[in-house]
Amino acid sequence: MTFFHSWLWKMAWRDSRAHLKRLFLFVASIILGVAAMVAIGGFGDNLESAINDQAKTLLGADLAFRSQSPFPEKIEALADSIGGEQAREIDFSSMAFFPAQNATRLVRIRTLEGRFPFYGKLESQPAGADGFLRQHSGGALVDQNLMLQYGLALGDTVRLGSAAFEIKGELKKIPGQAEAGSAIAPTIYIAARDLGNTGLIRFGSRAVYRLYFRLAESQDPEKIREELDPQLRAERIRASTVESQKESLGQAMGNLYRFLNLVAFIALLLGGIGVGSAIHVYIKQKLNTIAVLRCVGATIRQTFLIYLIQTFAMGVAGALAGIALGLMIQQFIPAVVGDFLVVDLEMFISPAAVLQGAGMGLVLTLLFALLPLLGIRRVSPLLAIRASFAENSDRDPLRLGVIGLIAAAVVAFAILQTQSVAVGLGFALGLAGALALLTGAANLLMWGVKRFFPGRLGYLFRQSLANLYRPNNQTLVLMLSLGLGTFLIATLYVAQEGLLNQVALTGSGNQPNLILFDIQTDQNTAVREMVEEHQMPVLQNVPIVTARLSRIKDRSVTEMLADSSQSPGRWALNREFRLTYRDTLIETEKLVAGTWVPEVAADQDTIPVSIEDGLAEDLGIAVGDFLEIDVQGVAMPARIASIRDVDWQRVQTNFLIVFPRGVLEYAPQFMVVVTRAPSREVSATLQRDLVQRFPNVAAVDLALILRTVEGILDRISAVIRFMAFFSILTGLVVLASAVITSRYQRVQESVLLRTLGATKSQIRIIMLLEYVYLGSLAAATGVLLSLASGWALAAWVFNIAYHPPLVAVGAFTGGVILLTTVLGMLNSRGIATRPPLEILRSEA
Amino acid sequence: MNDPQPMLSVSGLSKTYRSGERDLTVLHDVTFDIAEGSTAAIVGPSGSGKTTLLGLCAGLDLPSSGTVRLDGADLGRLSEDERALVRNRLVGFVFQSFQLIPTLTALENVMVPAELQGRSDVRNRARDLLETVGLGERMGHYPVQLSGGEQQRVALARAFINSPKILFADEPTGNLDADTGASISDLIFELNREAGTTLVLVTHDQVLAAQTQRILRMRGGQIVQDVYSESSLNR
Ligand SMILES: Nc1ncnc2c1ncn2[C@@H]1O[C@H](COP(=O)(O)OP(=O)(O)OP(=O)(O)O)[C@@H](O)[C@H]1O
Ligand SMILES: [Mg+2]
Repeated sequence: MTFFHSWLWKMAWRDSRAHLKRLFLFVASIILGVAAMVAIGGFGDNLESAINDQAKTLLGADLAFRSQSPFPEKIEALADSIGGEQAREIDFSSMAFFPAQNATRLVRIRTLEGRFPFYGKLESQPAGADGFLRQHSGGALVDQNLMLQYGLALGDTVRLGSAAFEIKGELKKIPGQAEAGSAIAPTIYIAARDLGNTGLIRFGSRAVYRLYFRLAESQDPEKIREELDPQLRAERIRASTVESQKESLGQAMGNLYRFLNLVAFIALLLGGIGVGSAIHVYIKQKLNTIAVLRCVGATIRQTFLIYLIQTFAMGVAGALAGIALGLMIQQFIPAVVGDFLVVDLEMFISPAAVLQGAGMGLVLTLLFALLPLLGIRRVSPLLAIRASFAENSDRDPLRLGVIGLIAAAVVAFAILQTQSVAVGLGFALGLAGALALLTGAANLLMWGVKRFFPGRLGYLFRQSLANLYRPNNQTLVLMLSLGLGTFLIATLYVAQEGLLNQVALTGSGNQPNLILFDIQTDQNTAVREMVEEHQMPVLQNVPIVTARLSRIKDRSVTEMLADSSQSPGRWALNREFRLTYRDTLIETEKLVAGTWVPEVAADQDTIPVSIEDGLAEDLGIAVGDFLEIDVQGVAMPARIASIRDVDWQRVQTNFLIVFPRGVLEYAPQFMVVVTRAPSREVSATLQRDLVQRFPNVAAVDLALILRTVEGILDRISAVIRFMAFFSILTGLVVLASAVITSRYQRVQESVLLRTLGATKSQIRIIMLLEYVYLGSLAAATGVLLSLASGWALAAWVFNIAYHPPLVAVGAFTGGVILLTTVLGMLNSRGIATRPPLEILRSEA
Repeated sequence: MNDPQPMLSVSGLSKTYRSGERDLTVLHDVTFDIAEGSTAAIVGPSGSGKTTLLGLCAGLDLPSSGTVRLDGADLGRLSEDERALVRNRLVGFVFQSFQLIPTLTALENVMVPAELQGRSDVRNRARDLLETVGLGERMGHYPVQLSGGEQQRVALARAFINSPKILFADEPTGNLDADTGASISDLIFELNREAGTTLVLVTHDQVLAAQTQRILRMRGGQIVQDVYSESSLNR
């Protein structure tokens, strides 16, 4: 008889119909995993197609140049030679002052000139407000969150530098910008022709200049970009096209997608393990039936197929249910991650994702179920005439084969999910490691509890504990899946706390919390006085000079930039540095090499400078090496005199390059004042007064940033929590199926106990305690590991002292225990109260 | 009784279990024939090897040495699947603990061996058999809804559905009270007579054993006595 023989299906159906519910619970473990796969796969496909469809509107043009200084003549000429239509934008940070609300805020100002965006549009309320700005002077478009935050209304005034603007529209969506981005630096658009009135952009001001092109149909932007790239690179200009934009966007989105995908895969895998262990118990209970079937003449193959068919049918049912649930969940994903997306998602059902999710679910279910199912082949018909029968304990080579297949499938799926052999392999290995660790921890805990359990505790305690170790128990699987979920969530929590603590630290004690930038040298004294008038200390007051590297050792930076081979120091080549000069090291710095030179004569040929150790490492330079530093057009030869280790964690003005006194005093520069405001109100008053007298001064309010960072972290962790939730939920489903599977055992036990005179409440207490133990062990496994990983994160990633969030972890542990217990008791209800005989007859 | 072709022919049968380091010989050089259509009882003290012998005769297990021929087929030379086919076509089984499949109704339990042959027209025959054993009203019931005696009747019906040539029964009345046991054993003999089946039963019950034509007495893994009863001679 083959798999498709109708009698086998009939028999499989008859044998399973009495406990369909129970069988369905086995596969319920897989439903969530399949659902997660389908939902996330579908989401990924939606995302990809959205990126493809909207790439053009994301860039808003066919080709764009980006520079940190105004475009030189040479480039302007080059741009004109390209042809097509041009549009320009200047993008910089500055303080905005809202007089009616008497409030200030650091904002991102962008100017409109030309018909940008050529593709897509600035969404505003009223619609087309940007068109108005292009035609009339004195209008501004303000980010909607900013409007909300300060209670701004259309028609209100915003002062930027020395000019006042009327709010003409509320910005709803800017092409290419994610929602989350606007929280840190909300955007205000003004017309380019109004920029001069603000007085905000002067020589040396930090701003980003963009030049956008709309090309003729016949022009290939990608080809143009490739042709011009060497010339542009030499001028530190980056060119992007829709293609390159799509690529980098795809990469960024791909990371998010891959992360979600892997978490879904973990849920699926946990579910698979759950199914395997449930089938294991199920088959144990079917041994007698199998033996009898064999006695009356069924072949090994037939008995095996009967149970394979049951598993297969249930797997299909689980996959179908998973698909349905997944398609529902897919609708909610944009709501969870939408803030991080730069494209508008259009939801559609992706057949590929559905097939992949369901297919992987089915394959994993069958593979994991195959392990216990193989045991059927070993069942001797003798079992029917002899109750206790020594099992054939020889190694089953097929078993090893199946284990190999499972490993291969996991690796293959991981590679498929990550679309990278290395990452997939790494993930599979990491997963194996994590599961091994969890198994180890779980086993250790189980062993410890058994070994050190106080024997003098009452019978109820001992009996319920013994239940955890009963034959065919699923304690380990439960500890694994619940533990993994707990671990994910708790680690996340620990990491988040660590990050927040770190940021919050800056807001406490005598730490600075307000930094004033862009103070002109001639304003410095007045600004200091103003700060002090507000009863605030000037904690630091340092000059800042902007500069670039132009030669390193014997190579020019232009040459190095044109060389397309990536090097770790590339970030430093293109970058504009802010450097300072002083005669002492400050408390966040430590000399690690060379000697500190406090001061030099103004006519010194080669200036001894100090650089930060990370920069030295990335550029591959050491003490004594030569550098040429371009300070606002003046090339200054320098020699590395010392290398410093800098603690960037502290809120200080820290610098990659420090000059000695005596050289830069007369270079174009601005000053920074670091202070501490005792309260939000004082900080706001100072900022207000400052912006009115010194509109060019930018205030960075760390308290505000702290709140923003918190908000963003919250949203990120919402995404992760959403995924960890799958793992926990899978754990709970596995728990439910385990409870139901062992119900028969429990029934027999409780009937026996009641026959022996146990009261209902004693039986209930035994069951209750059993679940409490189980929940505690599972939660302890996860929490212990998460504390360890939290410690590792704190020590190696955040470099902070580790304060385990004991209260939260405690509450979390309690939650897991409570959930486990409630679920267990719900599933066991009736066992303790119904008459023993009735139960025996109905549950067999 | 030297039938040319015995239904069951056992010769030089030994069974040794390996438990840990030591070998335990449970059956020692057992030889006997059972003629087609005859009835025999295997009796003996607990642990003497009766169940082991029965299991070997029915092809549920393989001997350490010696041969078992069932209706001419050497079980030792057959593959496990071929033995399954022999069990299905030639052999009926009745167990001390009934061994019905708990998830199937009485009727479905009876149908299984016939359905295994790929037949689908077995429902009526199964019904008839259940009527014969007096369970016409209980066909849709599950084993747990039946008493021990009723379960054993279902097991009997199942044993006869493929009209086996030989019926093995291991203490079929062992779990039943005397009256129920008697009615089951009556049923066994009655069905046996009607179908002309060979019957080999293991029992502790002297009365039951006495109803067969031949009694094989075992002790310590050997047949120590082989007697033909009066009734068999009468036949
Ligand atoms: N798998 C095994 N491994 C080791 N010894 C076994 C095994 N199966 C049976 N035995 C031993 O073989 C001997 C015979 O067992 P068997 O079940 O055949 O006896 P029996 O005559 O049927 O007894 P009873 O009347 O109690 O049913 C016993 O001593 C038993 O312990
Ligand atoms: Mg026996």
